[in-house]
Amino acid sequence: MNVEMLSRLQFAFTAAFHYLYPPLSIGLGIVLVMMEGMWLRTRHPLFHNMARFWTRIFGLIFGLGVATGIVLEFEFGTNWATYSRFVGDIFGSALAAEGIFAFFLESGFLAILLFGWDKVGPKLHFFATCMVALGAHFSAVWIIVANSWQQTPAGSHLEIGGQAVPLGHAFVSADLGRARMVIDDFWGVVFNPSSMDRLSHTLVAAWSAGAFLVISVAAFYLLRRRHVAFAASSLKFGLVLALAASLLSLVTGHRSAGGVARNQPSKLAAMEGIWQTEAAAPLHPFGWVDTAHGRTAGPKIPAGLSLLVAGRRDHVVTGLDDIAPDLRPPVQATFQCFHLMVAIGFALIALSLWGGWLWWRGKLADTECFLTRWFLRFAVPSVLLPQLGNQAGWFTAEIGRQPWIVWGYLRTSDGLSAVVKAHQVLTSLIGFGLIYLLLLVLFLFLLNRKIQHGPETLEESHELPDNWLKQQRA
Amino acid sequence: MDYNLLWFVLVGVLFAGYAMLDGFDLGVGALILRVKDDDERRVLYNAIGPVWDGNEVWLVTGGGALFAAFPPVYATVFSGFYLAFMLLLFALIFRAVAIEFRSKEPWLWWRRWWDRGFFAGSTTAALLIGVAMGNIVWGIPLDARGEFAGTFFSLLHPYALLMGVTTVVLFMMHGAIYLHMKTEGPLQARVREWINPLIIAFIVCYSLTTLATLLYVPRMTQILREQPALFAVVVLLVLAIANLPREIHRGRDGAAFLSSCATMLLLMALFGLGMFPHMVYSVPDPAHSLTAYNASSTEKTLKIMTLIAAIGAPIVLAYTTTVYYIFRGKVKIGKDSY
Repeated sequence: MNVEMLSRLQFAFTAAFHYLYPPLSIGLGIVLVMMEGMWLRTRHPLFHNMARFWTRIFGLIFGLGVATGIVLEFEFGTNWATYSRFVGDIFGSALAAEGIFAFFLESGFLAILLFGWDKVGPKLHFFATCMVALGAHFSAVWIIVANSWQQTPAGSHLEIGGQAVPLGHAFVSADLGRARMVIDDFWGVVFNPSSMDRLSHTLVAAWSAGAFLVISVAAFYLLRRRHVAFAASSLKFGLVLALAASLLSLVTGHRSAGGVARNQPSKLAAMEGIWQTEAAAPLHPFGWVDTAHGRTAGPKIPAGLSLLVAGRRDHVVTGLDDIAPDLRPPVQATFQCFHLMVAIGFALIALSLWGGWLWWRGKLADTECFLTRWFLRFAVPSVLLPQLGNQAGWFTAEIGRQPWIVWGYLRTSDGLSAVVKAHQVLTSLIGFGLIYLLLLVLFLFLLNRKIQHGPETLEESHELPDNWLKQQRA
Repeated sequence: MDYNLLWFVLVGVLFAGYAMLDGFDLGVGALILRVKDDDERRVLYNAIGPVWDGNEVWLVTGGGALFAAFPPVYATVFSGFYLAFMLLLFALIFRAVAIEFRSKEPWLWWRRWWDRGFFAGSTTAALLIGVAMGNIVWGIPLDARGEFAGTFFSLLHPYALLMGVTTVVLFMMHGAIYLHMKTEGPLQARVREWINPLIIAFIVCYSLTTLATLLYVPRMTQILREQPALFAVVVLLVLAIANLPREIHRGRDGAAFLSSCATMLLLMALFGLGMFPHMVYSVPDPAHSLTAYNASSTEKTLKIMTLIAAIGAPIVLAYTTTVYYIFRGKVKIGKDSY
């Protein structure tokens, strides 16, 4: 394998592995805020025990996120040096802002969240929890702004050898070392055409990841009739967030797709396997792309795509046949990842509504009820769905962006480090493969042990710090 | 003061902040195997427990600031030092997960293995940071495009290795001084015994490095010859080092720790003074060097970042101070501890 393929693989692998954890911390962060907030309102010890248990899980997840996150910041420079020189004027600022506004906030208050129970009062602790959740959301803001700018560059222009060049200038490889993107307008970069749609979609999808972790563990306890009060209450917190997140995913996803249709027509054509440019373009609920013959097999909803992206039947969608072959993304991969994500999105909505209905009927924790038992059986493995959906969504976004690393300006294959050799990347890729395998096994092992151990029961310990108890009695 | 100079200084401040803060975490890691008892090891872990993760953010932010302000420097150094930086990443990953995983299970073998991982990760990270610094001081071969023209093994020359060892010893000394502040009783007495030998070892290493720099890298001291007033930095540095055993002897742990921080800050200041305006010095052909002026982002980006830093830095300093204040004093093992 050549250095380009290896570098692509390494970045995809390290980014995908890292992305198992941040959505969980973002989503679980919200759950912790809800639980601690409820405790402050009601002072019921159950809520405190719930916050304690989920904080321990949060700590484990966060640790893995930190350990695997620093890799990505290094990799822009180590593997994609030409890209780094090209985008530094814009991308670097977002990354630096992420450090200052998000990571410091998260890590500083995380110390209080995890270790500060005995050191601070309940209100300050709640504040720290809110700040950790806020920091987790901020970290998503800046990295998605940067990534969205790569998808839909704005607020900037191309400069070759210090001279501004007009849009659409033929970019030749000889210009590579002398070309860079230059910032015109910071807010233009931040609010580029895709950033807000993609940010909202990513955040609500992350809420799903946290919500379904809670739902899954709670369902497991209920089916085993362990920690029943704890589980029934946790399940409700999870469901509230899951309902909001899964329905908002639909709304934000719809907006994102509309943006793709406007800004990245080749990506849209690949996502839906559209070959002929036509009005009333069809929608495939699922299918298989026949790249060799330029066809997509599968059931079609007539005019479905035109209606969804533009709201009218006669909207013309550009097909892959009208896009030069070297400017098309890998169609099959984009199509399948996108459809997997959408299918998972609907499954999550269905599961959330099912749970919401059981709650409304007062049968949510009634394991004697046939419908509840089946809901819980589905809910236990449901934790995997948002994870799979998040990965599939990012693979759609990034594979669909190919061949560009910065849309319309720089090709991924031109962004490599000139001095890094294939054997070096192979060495580091094997290293990451082994280390991450070990980390994943240990993470799952420790997570499982924590879940099996369960929360402290109210009878044996209410876990309230002594100084909080004194304050409560006073 | 122009923006290029300002960001040259600010990137230096971020990396100096990283050295002062994560420096003691890495030092504690390098010292962990020196205590045998599990309860005492737990005290060491919990001394850095609430803060190590925030300390590592200084490296992340420093890297981000370098990327933003001087993209060609970031690109050249990170791709040129490819294998060294991958090793640094592996070391930092092991350090992080060792702290996180160790306390999750009570088994002795489990804890012993993570202790070894914590030791190896911390020591390797400190060594590699020093070797990278040594190469930047010594200069690396760059071609006309500003790309690294050497190999992984050409980075491992004696001067760089000496700087690597010096950094490990410096971090161990800093870590021991930090631990003296956070421990009590017999453990503190043991930590106390490490400090003086570590100070001596650091002085020996640092003297050798300085001698080598004067002999082989005379450009690093050019500025001191041209601006004798700057010799004050050297005087302050020597005073800060000399103050270490004094404060320890008087039992003023906090002052000793601050003196150790000042030592690191002044070392970084000397490094910056010697380098300026170069960020990557090219040998044998200095014309290919990357400087704060030929390798920067546009002035517009530097201005935007200055604004971001002006808003962000006071907030960051405020809650970093708050967190250190909340977790002040001796380590007490509780049920939330590592």
